[in-house]
Amino acid sequence: MSNDVLTREPDVRPAAPLRKASRYATGGPGAGGSVAGRVVAGVLVVLLFLLPYGIMLFGSLKSRAEILRIPPTYFPEQWHLDNYVTMWSTPETPLPQNLVSTIVISVAATVLVLVVALPAAYFTARFRFPGRMAFLFLVLVTQMLQPAVLVAGLFRQFLAFGIVDTWVAMILVNAAFNLAFAVWIMHSFFASVPKEIDEAAQIDGAGRWATLFRINLPLVWPGIVTAIIFTFVAAWNEFAASLVILSTAGNQPLSVALTKFVGQYDSAWQYVFGVSIVAVVPVIILFAIIEKRLVGGLTAGSIK
Amino acid sequence: MSSTTTAAPAPPAGPPTPPRRSLRDLLSALPWIGPSLALIVLIVLFPAGYMVFSSTRDISQSGVDRGSAGFQNYLDVLAMPALPRVLANTAVWVVAVVALTVVLSLVLSNFLNKQFPGRQIVRLAVIVPWAASVVMTTTVVYYGLQPNYGIINQLLADVGILDSPDFGFTKNATSAFVVAIVVAVFVSLPFTTYTLLAGLQSIPADVVEAARMDGASHRQVYFSIVLPQLKPALAVAAIINIINVFNSLPILRLMTGSIPGYDADTTTTLIFKLIQSDRAVDQASALSVVNFVIVIAVIALYMRIVKPMKGVDE
Repeated sequence: MSNDVLTREPDVRPAAPLRKASRYATGGPGAGGSVAGRVVAGVLVVLLFLLPYGIMLFGSLKSRAEILRIPPTYFPEQWHLDNYVTMWSTPETPLPQNLVSTIVISVAATVLVLVVALPAAYFTARFRFPGRMAFLFLVLVTQMLQPAVLVAGLFRQFLAFGIVDTWVAMILVNAAFNLAFAVWIMHSFFASVPKEIDEAAQIDGAGRWATLFRINLPLVWPGIVTAIIFTFVAAWNEFAASLVILSTAGNQPLSVALTKFVGQYDSAWQYVFGVSIVAVVPVIILFAIIEKRLVGGLTAGSIK
Repeated sequence: MSSTTTAAPAPPAGPPTPPRRSLRDLLSALPWIGPSLALIVLIVLFPAGYMVFSSTRDISQSGVDRGSAGFQNYLDVLAMPALPRVLANTAVWVVAVVALTVVLSLVLSNFLNKQFPGRQIVRLAVIVPWAASVVMTTTVVYYGLQPNYGIINQLLADVGILDSPDFGFTKNATSAFVVAIVVAVFVSLPFTTYTLLAGLQSIPADVVEAARMDGASHRQVYFSIVLPQLKPALAVAAIINIINVFNSLPILRLMTGSIPGYDADTTTTLIFKLIQSDRAVDQASALSVVNFVIVIAVIALYMRIVKPMKGVDE
């Protein structure tokens, strides 16, 4: 938010809860253990949280023989970088198509969410109209729902519409179930932009859409980025609805395709982990970018 | 790209608006909120209704609607011999995962709120299981716990927790269920910790300092000042976790899916088994409706306790 055109940073209270101000107990040494003790504990926490992903990374570089060896090796004896090439052509699942599927569904769902949520977030933050609270309440309820609880209904409905086993179905599902987070977080950002700015713009002859795009968007950009990344990552990782709605192997996203590598008797673990690394690393980076704002949209105005 | 109507700007709450004006306001709002509304109605509300309808129909394995079934699907679900075990599993699953998650997150968030070099790195590491796909995290743990060639088994044997690395954690329902609980806690920690961290940082420093001046110990400060102020954050974290954990599919499916029978199933994983293995969409719908009612009840509780709408100015 350094290129703030109005030199006034919007006070995005619920969206940026991790401000540094004078807050409780970022306390100095003495408040529960020495600094050295904390660093040691910190290292342990990092190791614990990264352990599965370390196993993933090193496993993805082992040969098929080595990854099933008894006793197992912690680190690869030979680094099989070629796993990252050969995994794209395996009999278990058409991986390139699965990657395309994942990308198409996540990108399209994210674009759809943005197009649909942005105007709603802006309008509900700026104007009052009959049904405004009802609309926001409905959004909040959807936020608490997940595809898993409605999957039987979604399956029947898409069957009736003739779009079961299509990308369109999963784009709609991912968009609908991530809409709420996007509306809430952008709503809270728009609400923090002083209304006088809008009024000034409209006196200067700008219409509502122009006010939104030219005046407000630059100010609420962090909220939009958060909404985009959160939606994209959620769609990228979606599993439950895809499992039921997408039955053709080539239509399935990576999250579903992965499970094909794990067989009853024979599993290609090195490919499971190679695919996982390819799928996981980009989204971890995206989440790290919006780390400080992740909580905001999920908890709405409930944590002051 | 210009406005044609003028809805009332928000701040001056004037006298009650006459009905014709309010209808016009509603119409002027439609282009803005209409698409969102359509998406919610089409992909959330309509399937919910359709699911209730399907639960009262007799649907063949190939998906053909063979007419009304009344409440027969509900009776069929109730008559399933596995149901008591599944319900008990569901209760254990939700209570154990949410309780462990909340307690561990309290510790973790308190720790991440202290100052030490490298804190930002630790915070970023904690976020990783949130960003990473649950399917992938679960799969790697499933592999690690395979007898003999699993790395976590080997690690546990090397540090002396297991006698031998040939223990099959995922080979029987009980141990697989316990492992699934551990994984579910692991992937739930980031969101919960961050929510509590946000709560911790909203507690004014001067209140805590004043208590310290009065001679309160760190423990006293935490339990009598910090914890009570954390209540809203705790309520949010707990309720969102309850819903997520209740609806969670991938962890149990991957950890326990290859075990025959329903000894490690919750109502959610049973629904997916009914749809996919038994192709009994009608019974699955009936069970889903029951699940849906439970979720709605939890949401109602959320609205009452947390009052999330109070953040919106009327």
